[in-house]
Amino acid sequence: MSRTIRVLVGKPGLDGHDRGAKVIARAYRDAGMEVIYSGLHRTPEELARMAVEEDVDVVALSILSGAHATLLPKVVDCLKKEKGSDQLDVLILAGGIIPAEDVAFLKEHGIDEVFGPGTSTEEIVQYTRTHLKREIA
Amino acid sequence: MDVEEILEGIEAKKRTYLARAISLVEDGSPLGREVVARAFKSKKNAKVLGITGAPGVGKSTLVDGLIGKLRERGGSVGVIAVDPSSPFTGGAILGDRVRMRSRTLDEGVFFRSLATRGHLGGLSRHTAEVIVLMDAFGFDYIVVETVGVGQSEVDVMKYAHSVVVVLAPGLGDDIQAIKAGILEIGDVLCVNKADLPGAERTRKELEMMLGLKEFEGWKPPVVETIASSGEGLDRLLESVLQHQDYLVASGLLEKKVRESHHAVLVEYVKRETLDKIMEKAESDGTLDRILRDLVEGAGDPESGARALVEKYFGTTI
Ligand SMILES: Nc1nc2c(ncn2[C@@H]2O[C@H](COP(=O)(O)OP(=O)(O)OP(=O)(O)O)[C@@H](O)[C@H]2O)c(=O)[nH]1
Ligand SMILES: [Mg+2]
Repeated sequence: MSRTIRVLVGKPGLDGHDRGAKVIARAYRDAGMEVIYSGLHRTPEELARMAVEEDVDVVALSILSGAHATLLPKVVDCLKKEKGSDQLDVLILAGGIIPAEDVAFLKEHGIDEVFGPGTSTEEIVQYTRTHLKREIA
Repeated sequence: MDVEEILEGIEAKKRTYLARAISLVEDGSPLGREVVARAFKSKKNAKVLGITGAPGVGKSTLVDGLIGKLRERGGSVGVIAVDPSSPFTGGAILGDRVRMRSRTLDEGVFFRSLATRGHLGGLSRHTAEVIVLMDAFGFDYIVVETVGVGQSEVDVMKYAHSVVVVLAPGLGDDIQAIKAGILEIGDVLCVNKADLPGAERTRKELEMMLGLKEFEGWKPPVVETIASSGEGLDRLLESVLQHQDYLVASGLLEKKVRESHHAVLVEYVKRETLDKIMEKAESDGTLDRILRDLVEGAGDPESGARALVEKYFGTTI
């Protein structure tokens, strides 16, 4: 018997648009996963705390504000602090409006994968399934 | 992670361990069961409050406000918020955190969203065990928000010491709730969204209904709140705490605790007997054979059931 995959869909920062976040939340749900939606305007500290308490396998961050270069690495740092470990067992994904030239920087700072605006939800779900960092069996 | 490590983590109030223990329990793992069995002995008898009511009446917003009030009084709070799983995919969107605006980073608060995973009754199958874990962690209060209930999802009354039934004006759900018997389980009745037209009427209807009934000892108060602004929350909490005092003074608390242990015990006995019988019967083909007989008219359910029990217990009880 395999356990249920849990995902935190998080909205860091100040942008007030959660259409994208809701689309990916529904896609994960339809793929049989449990999605905790953070609601708008969350700080990196709050998102890290949520990820810990909800014991999620995946943190999927949706960001449109342009502040990804500062906010997303901070989520990673906070999560490491919360978990007391540099080796995170959580897959961290980002999507939204992130220019291609920023992707390398984000990956260097602990974001496992970045999905551009054109990515299909199927692709994201498939990637998520195959890159989990914790056993699901 | 083994049992000792998890228990030590919970003892040391490390939230990562509590969080992982809850997952193990929700996933039905033997390790999780072992942890709960051991954690049971280090329970500290938290006060358990249930918040229930139709979808969208403002349960989560109220919980957010109540957490603040409880924290102001110095109490620590564990929250369990349950939302339904999709019957088709098993997935779920757990959205109760959206309304938790103020206390996400408060060290005295721990919030966990659970999905029903097919369990009926308004809670997850293992909510009782999650309460045990939170209690062992040392929260003074444990607040349980049920799914938005429609009909008869009243499991929360088994595990919460005080149940707040939340209604809102204008949804027509007051009448629904009365029909469904959900009001019956309320120790406190809360008319939320008192800023909207019709709140006064809903309150009066409730009070009239209550007036028609006989109560011994405790008559559920009706409290109006505006969860979104915080108005009425002090009165709501006051009513809940009065109910807790009443439970202690009247000796009813002990009875309630006993009843909730009873409910859990029944679940466990079922798991150790019924579930195991059905699993075995399924895997060794016995179930299939009996069902075939029933379909062909060669057997009857009564004899089939007896045969199953006898086969795996060696005797009918
Ligand atoms: N006008 C008004 N709106 C409120 C009040 N309390 C909550 N709301 C709004 O009602 C909506 C639902 O609130 P929630 O707290 O999510 O309700 P809920 O009962 O937890 O909903 P489910 O968990 O989905 O069943 C939100 O838009 C809230 O902002 C209130 O006192 N007055
Ligand atoms: Mg809610």
